[in-house]
Amino acid sequence: MISTIFAFINAAIIQSIPLLFGATGEIITEKSGNLNLGIPGIMYMGGISGIIGGYIYEHSTASPNAALCIIIPLLSSIVGSLLLALIYSFLTVTLRVNQNVTGLALTTFGIGIGNFFGGSLLSFFGETGSISLIKTGQCFKASLPFANKLGLFGKTFLSFGFLTYLAIIIALVTSYFLNRTRAGLSLRSVGENPATADAAGINVTKYKYLSTLIGGAIAGLGGLYFVMDYTGGAWTNNGFGDRGWLAIAIVIFAIWRPTTAIFSSFLFGGLYILCIYIPGLSSSAKELINMLPYVVTILVLVIISMRKKRENQPPASLGLSYFREER
Amino acid sequence: MAVNEKHIKEPLFHITKRTDIPKLTAWGIRLIAVLAALIVSALVIVTITSYNPIEVYIKMFEGSFGSERKFFILLQNTAMLLCVSLAVTPAFKMKFWNLGAEGQVLVGGLSSAACMFYAKDSLPSWLLIIIMLVTSILSGVIWGVLPAVFKAIWRTNESLFTLMMNYVAMQLVSFFIMVWVPNGSSVMGVLNQRSECGWLPTIFGQKYALNIIIVAVLTVVMFVYLHFSKQGYEISVVGESENTARYVGINVKKVIIRTMVISGAICGLTGFLLVSGTNHTVSKELAGGMGFTAIMVSWLAKFEPSMMIFTSMFIVFLQKGAGEIATAFRLNESVSDILTGIIIFFIIGSEFFINYKINMRSKHKEAE
Amino acid sequence: MAVAAIELKNITKRFGTKVVANKNVCLTAYKGEILSLLGENGSGKTTLMNMISGIYYPDEGQIFINGEEVVIRSPKDAFKYKIGMIHQHFKLIDVFSAAENIVLGLEEEGKYDIKTVTARVKAITEQYGFDLDPNKKIYEMSVSEKQTVEIIKVLYRGADILILDEPTAVLTPQETQKLFAVLRRMREDGKAIIIITHKLHEVLSLSDKVAVLRKGEYVGTVNTAETNESELTEMMVGKKIDLNINRSEPKDSVDRLEIKNLNCVSEEGIKTLDNVSFTVRSGEILGIAGIAGSGQRELLESIAGLQPIESGEIIYHNPKTGKTDELRGKSPIQIRELGVRLSFVPEDRLGMGLVGNMDIIDNMMLRSYRKGKSMFLERKKPKDLAERIIKDLEVVTPSAQTPVRKLSGGNVQKVLVGREIAAAPTVLMAAYPVRGLDINSSYAIYNLLNEQKENGVAVVFVGEDLDVLIELCDRILVISSGKVSGIVEGRGADKGEIGLMMTKVDGGAESGC
Repeated sequence: MISTIFAFINAAIIQSIPLLFGATGEIITEKSGNLNLGIPGIMYMGGISGIIGGYIYEHSTASPNAALCIIIPLLSSIVGSLLLALIYSFLTVTLRVNQNVTGLALTTFGIGIGNFFGGSLLSFFGETGSISLIKTGQCFKASLPFANKLGLFGKTFLSFGFLTYLAIIIALVTSYFLNRTRAGLSLRSVGENPATADAAGINVTKYKYLSTLIGGAIAGLGGLYFVMDYTGGAWTNNGFGDRGWLAIAIVIFAIWRPTTAIFSSFLFGGLYILCIYIPGLSSSAKELINMLPYVVTILVLVIISMRKKRENQPPASLGLSYFREER
Repeated sequence: MAVNEKHIKEPLFHITKRTDIPKLTAWGIRLIAVLAALIVSALVIVTITSYNPIEVYIKMFEGSFGSERKFFILLQNTAMLLCVSLAVTPAFKMKFWNLGAEGQVLVGGLSSAACMFYAKDSLPSWLLIIIMLVTSILSGVIWGVLPAVFKAIWRTNESLFTLMMNYVAMQLVSFFIMVWVPNGSSVMGVLNQRSECGWLPTIFGQKYALNIIIVAVLTVVMFVYLHFSKQGYEISVVGESENTARYVGINVKKVIIRTMVISGAICGLTGFLLVSGTNHTVSKELAGGMGFTAIMVSWLAKFEPSMMIFTSMFIVFLQKGAGEIATAFRLNESVSDILTGIIIFFIIGSEFFINYKINMRSKHKEAE
Repeated sequence: MAVAAIELKNITKRFGTKVVANKNVCLTAYKGEILSLLGENGSGKTTLMNMISGIYYPDEGQIFINGEEVVIRSPKDAFKYKIGMIHQHFKLIDVFSAAENIVLGLEEEGKYDIKTVTARVKAITEQYGFDLDPNKKIYEMSVSEKQTVEIIKVLYRGADILILDEPTAVLTPQETQKLFAVLRRMREDGKAIIIITHKLHEVLSLSDKVAVLRKGEYVGTVNTAETNESELTEMMVGKKIDLNINRSEPKDSVDRLEIKNLNCVSEEGIKTLDNVSFTVRSGEILGIAGIAGSGQRELLESIAGLQPIESGEIIYHNPKTGKTDELRGKSPIQIRELGVRLSFVPEDRLGMGLVGNMDIIDNMMLRSYRKGKSMFLERKKPKDLAERIIKDLEVVTPSAQTPVRKLSGGNVQKVLVGREIAAAPTVLMAAYPVRGLDINSSYAIYNLLNEQKENGVAVVFVGEDLDVLIELCDRILVISSGKVSGIVEGRGADKGEIGLMMTKVDGGAESGC
């Protein structure tokens, strides 16, 4: 029984990591007033970019170096995510296009790129079958050498690849950044009231760009984690599923707080796999459990709007573009 | 005092909002955007496939107009996309961001499928169709009106609310499929295959003709509703300025809720058409992202139903064409999403040049 | 001659192609001096100051700081040159605390620590005798507290050039005096201070020099010691104009609207109307005078059924039925259904009275579109009305199908007033109907109001120009901080007396800090 519980906790943590990356990235983005609904697409992009980088490296050398196995996919994933986030920023901030329209188009685009390259990458290199980067996957999964020696506790909490810890560290750093630094204060002001931020001498455009780019890169790591650590270097089209939307749900559920997002991700990750651990659950009930995260998110959204506590509201300018000389 | 010879940095240009732009110029800008998008797409195609892009574009055209059947599929898909676009338009005109059309269509389709599943052929087909229609519309309304009520009373953020409702709807569909298809294949077969009970009849020898006619009528109705009805007028006033609406005594809450009833109802209707008229089954992919594409269709057409006929057809044409390329050149079919994405980025980006003017800074040295 | 702290040369700013907000404006301010920037509403004062603080960018002209030409492209550049602006509309983030707002956008050395900031803010508040809790959130603050935050924000940055945009509009006289004391202390510190205002007595009591703008153009600068009220007025409004507004004697005047002990509280819980009582009579123009934001808007909106009312009565004497109706708690539609013909020209023309993106015809329908049982709109009559208004009121527009946002301010107002009058009202309320209009358009509006009065309509006119109020209105109700401080006869009214009533505050309870 105990071991089942620990196994469940372990699996929940694994499930929660892509969500946490996505949620943290979206929180940073939304704090600048950009509702980036392209995050699901960016996460696909982060995943496939990592796959492409890893594939090219693993196939160009006979004996892949472990450090490069990590660095190359990591960098290529970040570059891919940045590229999409850049498209979003350019369209919504510089060209002031509607954020919802841009974000949704970006998601279509990103998922398209992911599935296109995921399905055709091997054929470009004259190979057949499905992508499987075993070596790279192993490098990403590599955990602390002594983790398994620490018994159940070690297995449950310390047996993860480095991206797991990175996700939590990034969330904590983001929380510190938003609440305890000058730049964080400025960023929040841009999302609350860009005209006021502008009058205070804050470069609204710069903050919107940077937060969307950095947020995109972080979210993309969620995709990378999924393809490298979770699936061990394999790609299946649409395998990432709707985790990107779940990440956006977590942002609301956590009321735009990165530290709360850590626990929310864990909770949502747990719900994602709960049915496997409850014996005798029918497959239909499983679908209902998968519905739960969205239902509770809606409830949270409704409750914060009813309670009207000012600190818990979405950033006030969320979804609106800013034009200084609007008259 | 010394003459100031120092070079002074000035912003190169600054941007002002246009108040007026000739219609022809606006369409010129859009045309340039489409051309630029086609060139970029061509470059992408060449880079990843090294095929001749002209050939690829010809193939693309064949995807929609290559045969009568393909053309009818184009019309049918356009009709469905247009129908969802018509649904979201009144809400958008009111500045209510209904991102939940996908879910509203899904529950509509699910209700129709449920009627077919439980009634089988126990009812005459026409009666079943009416029951399906009513339940579909009702469930679409429920899905649409829920966020509207919360928005009207507590100002709950509607884009996030409607977005989440999509996934609730998807899980609901998955749940019922699991219940109805106990063998674990999680795929719902065609309902009432033999009796065709609850299927929309084939007219003019075309299976989809009825769908297309219904949507055509709906387009006209929506056009008239938005432009000539009192309710349509109220929607415009609320969308332009809630303050003005209050001033003339329009009940803003009522308008928000009423408009989302309409929006949800049309989505529900689309779900019904998809199940009863097209697929005769239901799956999570029933709406196939149309709820999101419709947002772009409506936005590109400036919320104008007559223009939406063209924008929806254009987007379906792109998707069909890209699909055709994918098969013809043995590419992955996702290439269609990539090309659609690129073209949409260009078109929505071009709106900037229609709404804003870039002023080059004029030198004023001679004033000294 | 000392080098000017700030000098503007030939600044021009246009909005769109038609509106010239500033034309060839020159301005000089020295250290250790308070310069008043005087001008009527809409004379371009705020636009000019926004260009100094980097909100707008001038189309033409140069700016010199301490003798060197500079380019102020953004508020950040303005800070760099130690320019600090206190806007009329506060630029504060509601969910932040006072201290967070004060340090926002500031690039200080060292680690950001809100505790150090709070301590420094406390030091400044104590130095100048402000009363402010640095940890209080903005959304919990009163208007004057918010202004305090704005001022401390500038002081915290150690600005050398301070611009205050109508700072006294929202303050009680005591608070105003306190503010002036602070400003004088800053002058002694050697700061250059520019204060935007249109209140002459403040100009004379506070400033060293006065620069005057008229319709976006620079008129001149004079030393305060060498000038007087009438000279400044002349500079401000151009050569002395006898207003010459026709005013007939009210005929068959009867009570039309009775306001009894009306109380209103704003969403923030602040009392906006305090026990207001008065009567509006048919066939007369009742003027309402007061400092901006003294409750004028709330008063008109509560009569029109747009404001929730705490307590009190609004009684309408129906001339048709001879009965009285209680309007309190009724929506605009319910008021209309009672047969009360109440027309209202709100202050915010394009944000409330009209829809900017709709054409003149569709704007005509705003009031009347509900008529009839049909679910479809009837555009024939609105079209006729639009064309009649364009012809009768000489509205300059390409056609009746032109969106009203493309019209000039005066024409927008003619469309709005025309529509409200077309409803054949028994009560017509107009809030600042000539704000931003040129002289000719203003007279057109006065004539329209007078016409209505002669037709027996009870007209309520909220104005800001006392001369106009005195020449146009039969009676003038003066309000101050939501209270009625008196009603005077328009004929022979004394401007000074009204001015005093506008700033009258009883007791010292709310400003006893």
